[in-house]
Amino acid sequence: MANSFLSIEKLTQRYPDGKGGEFTVFENASFGIEKGEFVCILGHSGCGKSTIMNILAGLSEPTEGVVKMDGYAISGPSLDRGVVFQNYSLLPWLTALKNVTFGVAARFPDWSKQKIEDHSIAFLDKVGLSGDAIHRKPSQLSGGMRQRVSIARAFANEPKLLLLDEPFGALDALTRGTIQEELLKVWSGTDQTVFMITHDIDEAILLADRILLMTNGPLARVAESVEITIPRPRVRTDIVEHPNYYAIRNHLVQFLGKRSAELAGQTSAEGETHAPETVLIEKTDHAADEQPLLQAVKT
Amino acid sequence: MERLSENRRAAIWSVVLLFVGLFVWEISISAQTVNTGELTEYELLTGAGTAKAGVPPPSEVVVKAWQELSNPFYDAGPNDKGIGIQIGYSIYRVLTGYFLAAIIAIPLGFLIGMSSVAYKALNPFIQVLRPISPLAWMPLALFIIQDSEASAIFVIFICSIWPMLLNTAFGVAGVREDWVNVARTHELGAFKTAFTVVLPAAAPTIVTGMRISIGIAWLVIVAAEMLVGGTGIGYYVWNEWNNLDLTSVIFSILMIGIVGMFLDAAFGLLQRRVAYVE
Ligand SMILES: Nc1ncnc2c1ncn2[C@@H]1O[C@H](COP(=O)(O)OP(=O)(O)OP(=O)(O)O)[C@@H](O)[C@H]1O
Ligand SMILES: [Mg+2]
Repeated sequence: MANSFLSIEKLTQRYPDGKGGEFTVFENASFGIEKGEFVCILGHSGCGKSTIMNILAGLSEPTEGVVKMDGYAISGPSLDRGVVFQNYSLLPWLTALKNVTFGVAARFPDWSKQKIEDHSIAFLDKVGLSGDAIHRKPSQLSGGMRQRVSIARAFANEPKLLLLDEPFGALDALTRGTIQEELLKVWSGTDQTVFMITHDIDEAILLADRILLMTNGPLARVAESVEITIPRPRVRTDIVEHPNYYAIRNHLVQFLGKRSAELAGQTSAEGETHAPETVLIEKTDHAADEQPLLQAVKT
Repeated sequence: MERLSENRRAAIWSVVLLFVGLFVWEISISAQTVNTGELTEYELLTGAGTAKAGVPPPSEVVVKAWQELSNPFYDAGPNDKGIGIQIGYSIYRVLTGYFLAAIIAIPLGFLIGMSSVAYKALNPFIQVLRPISPLAWMPLALFIIQDSEASAIFVIFICSIWPMLLNTAFGVAGVREDWVNVARTHELGAFKTAFTVVLPAAAPTIVTGMRISIGIAWLVIVAAEMLVGGTGIGYYVWNEWNNLDLTSVIFSILMIGIVGMFLDAAFGLLQRRVAYVE
């Protein structure tokens, strides 16, 4: 873990509780993320997901602990770590295109204006935005279109690490589905690492290589790391047929429904790191034994 | 009758009201001057009833306006300059004082808006200085600066600085943290952030302050020029009053209103340029 691409080491966050004392959101959280991995983090509201993400983004400082990327401790925000905020955070006085070129120009200051624009248009196109829509201001776009612009802005900068805080939280299920597919399309084929917060179990299974599960706060911890053993490319309608799908889904539902509360607030011995326990659900080996039978049925 | 658009109907009403107003004015004046024979002593003393001192009817004002506006820039000595020259002087003073104020108020407002320490340190001074009528500064300005022209400009400066300062500070302090975070995650420096994120985000509030300021400056210049004398539309009004030329007084009052309206409209235009919908 210590030599992962991104390694989170003994991260602790405390806030004053408003009564003179302080409360601990999470303590000694440690986990690693490999290069090119797509990791989702699931947990109940208030457990500290956004707090972790803001620390990874460099927008806030943890009370204790370090985050290392490529072996170096991060300090402050960086263009290497792109962020898609929950509320899109587009600049409302700029058009969709200008919002993207704003980022690209910051990332590649020596590019020509034309190159910046072409690059931005290409990324907007990848998330399904083209034509005159890209010349409109955010207020003239739908919620889904705004989030697409926000994703295009983050990916156009080609950061090493992408942080997404519930990017689809405010969208309806249909739009969410389309944008999830677009997100996978933009991400696949790059070696970019993605860390995404979500509330949606199905979304996490569709997108992630690995899902981190957090217990409830305060004193939350990253309790488990569930491998998503479903091969890519994944299509929403097909993955539900995969033998691992329901096993994984059940595990996640059980965790969020019951165990996240049972495990909550458990302090451990002083200084012990709370590394997540790896969970690997693999039903296909078993299925492979039955292969002849299955094939017999098919033919 | 087919229905006219709302704007059309409003415009027709405006014209109707204008003519009714002018008509009532004209009628009441001519009714007044009929009474000339039976004046009381008081009326004689205050000058009522004499052809020169009476309130002129609108027709006279229109004739006067035509004369003045057909040759606005003549200059026949210190007490006889065209209306264009007088207004020019006033606008020049207003804009000079106003821009000096803007140069100080906007950067200072940025500072106050960004730093709560600066805000708390400067707030007591602002709270005490702001309610002072700009004209109260006049004697002190005249004494220290020793120059009536510069004193008038100073008075404009001091009255236009507050709305711009407070609105800039308010606008800058209210910039959404998300937008500042966007700048931070793009590694923009302080200056780049100020110009590409904070300024456009706060621009509507800042321009509102600028619009309020220019309105106040135009109100104050008339009074200031009445005090310092010499040139300007304020002096012109006062001078014509001393000449008991009420036609010119009314005409110049109208001109003050019209110029003020254009100044305000210019900032209204700017306001629309920088507005955005969240
Ligand atoms: N600046 C702050 N000061 C004090 N407490 C804070 C601050 N920011 C967050 N918290 C607290 O820290 C805890 C974690 O907040 P956080 O926003 O990380 O939750 P979250 O997991 O992202 O929740 P959600 O899913 O609702 O977004 C909450 O209890 C919150 O009240
Ligand atoms: Mg959150």
